[in-house]
Amino acid sequence: MTYFIDRRPNAKNKSAVNRQRFLDRYRTHIKRSVEEAVNRRSITDMERGEKVSIPTRDISEPVFQHGTGGRRTIVSPGNKEFIEGDRLRRPGGGGGGGGAGEGSASNQGEGMDEFAFSLSREEFLDFVFDGLELPHLERKALKDLDEVKPVRAGVTRDGVPSRINIVRSMREAYARRIAMRAPIRRALREAQEALDEEESKDPVLRNPSRIAELKAEIERLEKRLEAVPYIDTYDLRYNNLINQPQPSSKAVMFCVMDVSGSMTQAHKDIAKRFFLLLYLFLERNYEKVELVFVRHHTAAKEVDEEEFFYSRETGGTIVSSALSLVDEIITRRYSPSQWNLYVAQASDGDNWDDDSVNCRELLMKKLMPRLQYFTYVEITPHAHQALWEEYETVADEYSDRFAMRQIVEAGDIYPVFRELFKRRAAH
Amino acid sequence: MTRRKPIATGSDWNFDILESYEQELARLADEYRLDTYPNQIEIITTEQMMDAYASVGMPVGYHHWSFGKQFLAVEQAYRRGQMGLAYELVINSDPCIAYLMEENTLMMQVLVMAHACYGHNSFFKGNYLFRTWTDASSIVDYLVFARKYVAECEERHGVTAVEQLLDACHALQNYGVDRYKRPSPISAEEEVRRQAEREEYLQAQVNTLWRTIPGPRSSDALLGSLDSEEDPLGLHEGGRYPPEPQENLLYFIEKNAPLLAPWQREIVRIVRKLAQYFYPQRQTQVMNEGWASFWHYTLMNRLYDEGLVDEGLMLEFLQSHTAVVSQPGFDSPFYSGINPYALGFAMFSDIKRMCESPTDEDREWFPDTAGGDWLEVVQFAMRNFKDESFIQQFLSPKVMRDLKLFSIVDDDQEEMLEVAAIHDERGYRRIREALAAQYALSLREPNIQVYEADIRGNRSLTLHHVQDRRRPLGRSVYPVIRHLHQLWGFPVRLESIAQDGSVTRRYQWPLPDEEVKE
Repeated sequence: MTYFIDRRPNAKNKSAVNRQRFLDRYRTHIKRSVEEAVNRRSITDMERGEKVSIPTRDISEPVFQHGTGGRRTIVSPGNKEFIEGDRLRRPGGGGGGGGAGEGSASNQGEGMDEFAFSLSREEFLDFVFDGLELPHLERKALKDLDEVKPVRAGVTRDGVPSRINIVRSMREAYARRIAMRAPIRRALREAQEALDEEESKDPVLRNPSRIAELKAEIERLEKRLEAVPYIDTYDLRYNNLINQPQPSSKAVMFCVMDVSGSMTQAHKDIAKRFFLLLYLFLERNYEKVELVFVRHHTAAKEVDEEEFFYSRETGGTIVSSALSLVDEIITRRYSPSQWNLYVAQASDGDNWDDDSVNCRELLMKKLMPRLQYFTYVEITPHAHQALWEEYETVADEYSDRFAMRQIVEAGDIYPVFRELFKRRAAH
Repeated sequence: MTRRKPIATGSDWNFDILESYEQELARLADEYRLDTYPNQIEIITTEQMMDAYASVGMPVGYHHWSFGKQFLAVEQAYRRGQMGLAYELVINSDPCIAYLMEENTLMMQVLVMAHACYGHNSFFKGNYLFRTWTDASSIVDYLVFARKYVAECEERHGVTAVEQLLDACHALQNYGVDRYKRPSPISAEEEVRRQAEREEYLQAQVNTLWRTIPGPRSSDALLGSLDSEEDPLGLHEGGRYPPEPQENLLYFIEKNAPLLAPWQREIVRIVRKLAQYFYPQRQTQVMNEGWASFWHYTLMNRLYDEGLVDEGLMLEFLQSHTAVVSQPGFDSPFYSGINPYALGFAMFSDIKRMCESPTDEDREWFPDTAGGDWLEVVQFAMRNFKDESFIQQFLSPKVMRDLKLFSIVDDDQEEMLEVAAIHDERGYRRIREALAAQYALSLREPNIQVYEADIRGNRSLTLHHVQDRRRPLGRSVYPVIRHLHQLWGFPVRLESIAQDGSVTRRYQWPLPDEEVKE
């Protein structure tokens, strides 16, 4: 007796749980590999999986085994030249060279010092952004109508057939039937009683026309009773759903990049990679994050994504131009009562001297009171200049919401990024 | 013989074609008196095959990271093209589940059906080890029970706690089998019913064992007693526990570990049961694969003789078959031990040859077999042997010559390796003996038994490792006794005993600086 079963339509990820368990168990190892990969890769290359290796000894499942030593006999195939009694030098390295059977343990060992496997793109990015979040995200205004959730709200008299509440409808019908039948039944009962009374009289005294009349009446009433519908359209009740507005966590991130002449190609590259990482992080983790790209030299300009990352333009540096543009955009488009506002700025810290003071003023007076979080990364191997110093005073004032870090080389990007956006304890 | 039209040509297949071939195979198998369980043939995709591989051949399994590791390894090897997936995967159950991969060509599907559904299947049903040790009809039910139970424990006690317990059990699972006595067969439905009962009962048993009130003093105390001056009440008399060494470590743990909670005992039991289920497979690799290969070869040739498959398919088959049963020499870069398919196929084919056209040599070596009914002899061999005894009994000089077997002695007290025997008159018997020993599970794995649980003292557990020809334990011994210590809950000692009875090496966990006794 044989059955054929086509299992192909079945779910294929039977091992998904076990795979996840494995990844969880070796989290620290994998994280290390991912970190290395992020630093090694060009950032545009982020959207693919990664090969991860873990030292075999760390993940071995130990069992009792024979060690090397003692006396053992090994039978192998393929003898060409040996005759009994030949004596051979031990092959170097582990004594597994001529071995079969027992020797297979060491044979497997060769070249398997690393247990290698691949992370999918999703898993890879999960590890990259593991434990990061936008700080101080708050629930702003309720008025955003996009975010509604249907909730149950009692029953109504009209609706679509799929929402019929059967129990309630039947109950309505039952009540209506009782109500509509009651007077008919009463009349029927009275007629019946009258008829019985009439019929119980002495045959001489009976009024035949009265009897006929009563019988006709009873018949009519019974018909009416039957005509009461079992269920009627106005018995129907429908489950009612209404849309309830949900508080939304809308956020907007301003990416501010310095493209002035003092930013070398290397600086710009680092800045771009920082922003790309930020962009990926936001895209991936938050559905409702808007991005505004602002680039500046002596004048600031709002640009689209493409232009922000890839266009070439250069000039002097006035950082405050960018900050005031951000301020303007916030006032015009993103009311702080509805939006969580974030700014990430990257620069080499080279600014017109007297402008740095303006920047501080702008930040302290206009921007910081409205922002959730401001991050500043300075990309320079050199000593800090006026801008950094001015920003330090801002950081002192708003230690919770203002963070600044220095990036010297590409390898710093990911650690700095993690530091700036690492998940905080509940605030 | 009249040649019929091929059922199908080319490499495409569909269910109708597979069914026709299956019927033909069933007819031929019947002719050869192959007794099988009903077949359940499942068509699956590559991913599903990788899943099946990763769960070490269990159609349902509990969750554990090691299966995830297995899966990643299989996936990686497959993606890199190092490993052709799924020549066959077949499960010892009733009905016997065999997987066919959808990507396979028609030839592969027919080959796998012959190999798995008639070769392996009849082996599972016929071989004495499988008949004695496994319940093919209830294994799937038991696996479902195990999976549910482990999942429940994870919910109740946390994933980590269960995972650590399973880690420890897996480390010892090769020592979780009864080698000699057959456990009373319990069906899976009963398993669920009895589980709760067992839980209470077991715990009560353990408590009794560890009770501190001394039992009646036995007159003929054996070992382990202290001087009567130090122990005037004789509390330490009454002999060693257990009185006999125990080979089944997990069984001993399940019944005697003082601190395990009932659910932990149940999980130890699950791992032990599964290890027992796989125990026959580990002992019959050569025979099982050899038997299946022998039959796919025979059945495919019959299909061809009757004209049911065409020349193209047959050539493709021969190429595949040859690759499977090839044995590279020890010095080949492709060598990775003796290929069980090659050895097993060569031996079964040779039995048939000896019966059909015996030589003088065969008559001298196998007086009972030579010239007999080959079908009788191969069936007899399949039913009544395991690898070790099968080689001992049936490895003929011809096969040894064909494979050019030779044996080498590696003695750490000698400077050089010595070729002990080659395929010649003087060497045949010695090679045969050495090869049989190579497949003896009792020699392949270190012989470790529970020697004593100090139930009247500090509750430490002592194991004995009886050394085989001075072979020491590998480095993995410490991680394993650490796991054992987790299960036992009190210090664990392991002593390697040489042939003359002296202790050559002591291991213990926790490491000595924490634990001072003696």
